[in-house]
Amino acid sequence: MWNKSYCLYCELPLEEETTWKSLFLGDEKKNEFCTECLMKLQAIEGKRCKICSRPQDEEGICRDCQRWEEDPAWQGVLSRNLSLYTYNEFLKELMARYKYRGDYILIFGFKKQLKKILAEVTFDLAVPIPLSKERLFERGFNQSEAGLAAMDLRPIYALKRKHSEKQSKKSREERIHLEEVFLPTEEDISGKNILLFDDIYTTGSTLRHAGRVLKESGALQISSITIARS
Amino acid sequence: MKIHLKPLIPFSFSTELQIYLTGRALPYDELTDFHPILEKHITSGYVGWMDGLSQGTCHRCGNTESHLFGEMPCSRCGKTCTYCRKCIMMGRVNACSRLHVWTGPHLEYLLKEEPLKWSGKLSPQQAEASRKAIEAVKTHSILLIWAVCGAGKTEILFEAIAEAIHTGKRVCLAAPRTDVVLELGPRLKAAFPGIEIAVLYGGSEDRHHHGQLVISTTHQLYRYRDAFDLMIIDEVDAFPFSGDPSLEYAAQKSRRETSSLIYLTATPSSEFKARVKKGVLDAAIIPARYHRHSIPVPELSWCGNWEKSFAKKTIPKAVSKWLAERLQFSTPFLLFFPNIKIMEEALPLFQRLHPDIQYVHAEDPNRKEKVQSLRENKVPGLLTTTILERGVTIPRLEAAVLGTEKPIFTESALVQIAGRVGRSADHPTGNISFFHYGKTEEMLDAVSHIKQMNAEAKRRDLIVE
Repeated sequence: MWNKSYCLYCELPLEEETTWKSLFLGDEKKNEFCTECLMKLQAIEGKRCKICSRPQDEEGICRDCQRWEEDPAWQGVLSRNLSLYTYNEFLKELMARYKYRGDYILIFGFKKQLKKILAEVTFDLAVPIPLSKERLFERGFNQSEAGLAAMDLRPIYALKRKHSEKQSKKSREERIHLEEVFLPTEEDISGKNILLFDDIYTTGSTLRHAGRVLKESGALQISSITIARS
Repeated sequence: MKIHLKPLIPFSFSTELQIYLTGRALPYDELTDFHPILEKHITSGYVGWMDGLSQGTCHRCGNTESHLFGEMPCSRCGKTCTYCRKCIMMGRVNACSRLHVWTGPHLEYLLKEEPLKWSGKLSPQQAEASRKAIEAVKTHSILLIWAVCGAGKTEILFEAIAEAIHTGKRVCLAAPRTDVVLELGPRLKAAFPGIEIAVLYGGSEDRHHHGQLVISTTHQLYRYRDAFDLMIIDEVDAFPFSGDPSLEYAAQKSRRETSSLIYLTATPSSEFKARVKKGVLDAAIIPARYHRHSIPVPELSWCGNWEKSFAKKTIPKAVSKWLAERLQFSTPFLLFFPNIKIMEEALPLFQRLHPDIQYVHAEDPNRKEKVQSLRENKVPGLLTTTILERGVTIPRLEAAVLGTEKPIFTESALVQIAGRVGRSADHPTGNISFFHYGKTEEMLDAVSHIKQMNAEAKRRDLIVE
């Protein structure tokens, strides 16, 4: 009960606040960031793009999303993305440690914030974005699945990765469409609203590629949550 | 630690792998270049492996603190797998990871007749310490070199390193800070031009070099195991060596079973001093600087409640008077603060005295440049945290500590700070002031430490004044 807790990121001891709740419920402070670290995160608030959550001066749809929406192939593929923070230097370092050094449990430091944002999303199934076999071996875990775990969601494996053949074996036409990396699995998702999770929203391309395959398999709406919006 | 090992079946092994892996213990992911041939070396008994992590201990960094382990669903072993978070910046070690070690034929170095090409001359007291160090190399023993700041510690090591290299031994010079490693690298490369030297720190390019002589931050030693016949640990009292058991672990792990160990410090911990006193640790003590002038003794100066002064946007009188004098005579100065926050808040007050005054701290990306501009007299002085307590040599420098009563200013920190003053032979004196709001044991101990060393130097006739 009196075990010291430490910030999940900077490892300094957390200020102990002994409340009745903490006395009765025990170690509530596990996997948390300290106040100093939280202050270095820049939450996305106020006006932003209605689709991708990019902070901007007016409500409405940002230019990038407009371009996606103008293309019939991509129109409506992603209904809404919610991101927690802007991708500042601090978050860059934190995410690098999570994804590239492979510090799996860091994502659980965002649990509270993720669950809060999750309440804003209507969905039936949570689908992780699959990694290539090589990448999965290298990293040891799937960062999208870990995010779903942090939100206490059961993953539905409705997507798999296309086997990546050697580039040289492919025709030019095939190389252009190389980005089509996902395939549907046997899971029945018809008529369901889907939630995706990724660590960072950069161009929105990964989420839309995944979303399109799911929509083609009969999914209704695709929403997504990311930690960072770059 | 148990090493898993297959019986040796002779085959033409890879000498590149032998050179790379000798003295190291590396996970699979750090052997990328050797993946195609690794399995063959394992089944033939040339490479063995040990568990990366077992029984609550990381076998790379020695971490045993429960909050520095994590659990993850591991796609490699398919189970919930524990991993070490302490050394994760070097890549992750999991419970299912293996640390590979070379178990094939021993790597022999070509014998070098006279590896040391250094034409400098040691002072009689340096020479005496050097003899002791050579003796420690020959007899595989442990030695503490306790030399005051500015005694010329690095030069004392040259002959001992030469002795080890000459007899085909592998040597490591470990220092706690990257700054120190960067400073030592070129000096040793110049002294030992024919020797393969690897200079290791976070992000260094030499990471894959073997090095018969390795100059490394203590962190980088995590990758080594059973490697060095001579281990020299510089600034053994300095952060982050003391107080971090895993760095001690790394230093021990990377030594060979029969090996020599030399500790270097200007300010040994009380534990080291006690061991010397009891006679269980052999020591070479150098109480005087190479230029044979005594070390400036700090002046204690009461400056009242300086935190309150800063809150009222004023600099304590004693301090501003000290500063005004330095500014008047263009004497470069360092003013040490107990923490970054107070320093940041106080900077504008100091910039009223001189607009070019700057501050530095550990995470300051321009630290090197700022210190350089002080050296070149482009700025009159710097406010600093204890980050500059070591390794800074600036001619004519004078120093002061503000809030000397704060616990961060230990005896050793204060002796080091005082050691910044009067280092050059041309300007062997200078003022060092401890401004305080109440005397502490630590500051009194620091003063008596310096006085004792000066007295000892006088007694041994090492001072010329």
